[in-house]
Amino acid sequence: MNKTEDVSEMRVQADLTRLKPYGDTMNDGKVQVSFTLPVADDERGQEAAREIVLAMGLSNPIITWHQALEDNFTFYVAYGSLEYSINYNDIHVETVDVEVMTMAETNDFIRRHFGRKIRVIGASTGTDAHTVGIDAIMNMKGYAGHYGLERYSMIEAKNLGSQVKNEDFIRAALDFDADALLVSQTVTQKNIHIQNLTELVELLEAEGLRERFILIIGGPRINHELAKELGADAGFGPNKYADDVASFICKELWERKEAGL
Amino acid sequence: MAELRLDWNKVDQARTAAAEIALDTEETLSGFTTVTVERSIARLFGVDSVDEHDVPFSNRLIEVLQEKDLLGHGAAYYIGRAAVGQDLEPQEFAELVACGELDPARLKPVDRFELKLWIDEAAARSMARIRLNRLQREERLEHYGEHGGPLLYVIVATGNIYEDIVQAQAAVKQGADIIAVIRSTGQSLLDYVPYGATTEGFGGTLATQENFRLMRAALDEAGAEVGRYIRLCNYCSGLCMPEIAVMGALERLDVMLNDALYGILFRDINMQRTLIDQSFSRMINGAAGIIINTGEDNYLTTSDAFEEAHTVLASQFINEQFAKRAGMPEELMGLGHAFEMDPALPNSFVYELAQAQMARQIFPHAPLKYMPPTKFKCGNIFQSQVQDTLFNMVSVLSKQNIHLLGMITEAIHTPFMSDRALALENARYVARSMSALSDEVEIKEGGLMEQRADVVLDKAVQLLQNIQTEGMFQTLAEGKFAGIRRDPDGGKGLDGVIYQEEGYYNPFIELCLDEEAEILAAFMEKRKEAGNE
Ligand code: B12
Repeated sequence: MNKTEDVSEMRVQADLTRLKPYGDTMNDGKVQVSFTLPVADDERGQEAAREIVLAMGLSNPIITWHQALEDNFTFYVAYGSLEYSINYNDIHVETVDVEVMTMAETNDFIRRHFGRKIRVIGASTGTDAHTVGIDAIMNMKGYAGHYGLERYSMIEAKNLGSQVKNEDFIRAALDFDADALLVSQTVTQKNIHIQNLTELVELLEAEGLRERFILIIGGPRINHELAKELGADAGFGPNKYADDVASFICKELWERKEAGL
Repeated sequence: MAELRLDWNKVDQARTAAAEIALDTEETLSGFTTVTVERSIARLFGVDSVDEHDVPFSNRLIEVLQEKDLLGHGAAYYIGRAAVGQDLEPQEFAELVACGELDPARLKPVDRFELKLWIDEAAARSMARIRLNRLQREERLEHYGEHGGPLLYVIVATGNIYEDIVQAQAAVKQGADIIAVIRSTGQSLLDYVPYGATTEGFGGTLATQENFRLMRAALDEAGAEVGRYIRLCNYCSGLCMPEIAVMGALERLDVMLNDALYGILFRDINMQRTLIDQSFSRMINGAAGIIINTGEDNYLTTSDAFEEAHTVLASQFINEQFAKRAGMPEELMGLGHAFEMDPALPNSFVYELAQAQMARQIFPHAPLKYMPPTKFKCGNIFQSQVQDTLFNMVSVLSKQNIHLLGMITEAIHTPFMSDRALALENARYVARSMSALSDEVEIKEGGLMEQRADVVLDKAVQLLQNIQTEGMFQTLAEGKFAGIRRDPDGGKGLDGVIYQEEGYYNPFIELCLDEEAEILAAFMEKRKEAGNE
């Protein structure tokens, strides 16, 4: 038996049925938090902070920093050990489950399976004026070294820009005879994005158009799980690019074709 | 810091081209006014408050004049006639017109000479109020003195003016010099200014005159406690640029965002409308001694900060010339730029420093507004703090004036009270620990920094000369700024552009220019003193 094997045998395995945060020792449950309380920076305030941390379910709380922000506001940094645990094995998340193809592979796939260009329309909708996300996916030059959909020879991409009303978006999609709709949402304060996306799905359903399009949403606070919840077909967040989206569209369209839809 | 050796011939070429562009654009648009310019005139004459549907009386009055095709004569003309002929105060007049009791087309005829006299005297009284605010600011600045380092600028954006006040007063105690109240989404597209104190907004708080007043009082109070004059900032940009400028002048704001192109590029406001509006709003800002902040930093959120750095410089030249045409002293031109290069780019810090220093030298009297990294901020708040520290260093080394603080949570939410406190602590630490560093270092001749400045300057000159040949409208149509294309007859607000009839009169233009000339003379005196030291 050599030395390395020795060490690996000594390593404490994580107990996935009782998962906890990790500091430097398995299951130590170490957590750091910071927060502000609307009270003065004094001993009583520190005790209040300690009790707040306890109430979060963190044992052995230590207030490592306290600092007055104003006469009656104090900022705290704290550490503690999480009492609770969760069962990792019980966790299921919805993820976009496709093998990501390169641009060339995607073009080739579309040519072989559909024999025509796929039509994709996108916009940043509602009052949202952020376009960098949708541009990253759609515009010719793409983002972070990933070309955008406009660059794909077998994709016809149309980007409507920002502050597009849901009604206008749907009308444009019909005019364009789109296969897929791409919607970007960046402003999330007071859940304005949820409201806006829900409205879009409801409008599509009301007009009997929901099945007519593949609906894909994206943005910094969007993930696949949320997208499914809201009634979209897929959701993409940060670090997702045109290739991820194009691959998903291809697979989805192909499956629909196979199913005779 | 020792200076970059810049090619001053190129700087001159850039300035000359920009001056031509501004002149050409203004000549094209001379002979027009807009609904918001006329509403500002009404406001300056004292038309205030709203009707039972919360529509401002300035809107009601100007709408009627526009419907009846009278607006080409200017609001001043009708307000003056009502006063001279019918002894009506401007507010009474607006209310009577709004409720349909008085037809502005049927005002009693008045003597021309008497009319002009009334208009000029009333306008002068209104300007006197604005001057009083300016003198108050100057007095307070004199009394408290200034710390000399970059002015630390933070934002509040809770949506509720009363909550904003709590956040702002805390920031003052933590060392902030400028408090900007960020506006709610959507306000820039409203063709009226909301009224009264407000407590709801998305990503910001509505700009209303009452909100301005409340925040002004709160900052004066907090400033007195810490012994500093605290500057208040808000936004002119949008469909109501000159009206918000008037409100700012009346409530002693000190800094206002005012960009000649932002509304066109980022809110799709019609370019003719914005270019006319910015001109009058800058006159008002200038006459009130308010520093404007231009929005070049925004370009870099849609285009690459390394590749497109020259568009920032070109736009600074253009904004400078538009401001100059509006009579503004350079000391009030807070031209914008930003630290937005991709952190993955090797030597990005060196390039940023070169560009910041270049801007400093090219616009020596302008209180440059330097914006923090935003685009490459992500949810890693720890990394975010490092990005902001590098930015703070560039700002101190290149002696920027208005230093907008980065927030660790930039990619997450509008700032919490603690985010702001950490940012202020960071900036003050950097400023304290490096205060003399700038004067200790020299820039290598022909090195990376000078090469970078040269490339950016070169490309800016080319771009400006292109715009000069093609004209501003064509350039915007081709998407040369921020990669965004705009049609001269497209966008919002074109229906608010009005042809001036013969005899059109806006009494405030000359008053503002006079006021600005006086302010400039005082600045020139200061420049001389500084030069003699
Ligand atoms: C650039 C920017 C702006 C620019 C926008 C320019 C433009 N044309 O887009 C300007 C300066 C105009 C701006 C304005 C405002 N902004 Co802003 N802005 C940002 C900033 C700095 C970067 C956003 C960005 O471009 N990210 C880069 C892109 C590539 O990332 P992304 O959008 O996440 O996209 C990726 C993925 O999410 C995905 N994706 C995105 N969309 C889609 C769509 C589909 C279909 C798919 C498949 C994938 C996908 O793919 C992309 C690539 O991986 C962020 C802060 C930050 N660092 O995040 C604030 C930020 C988003 N802005 C914010 C706010 C509040 C505003 C304003 C309301 C401020 C104000 N009061 O005036 C206004 C908005 C007005 C309006 N009506 O919307 C807040 C939002 C807070 C919140 N959570 O709600 C932020 C977080 C800043 C902050 N901390 O306050 N902003």
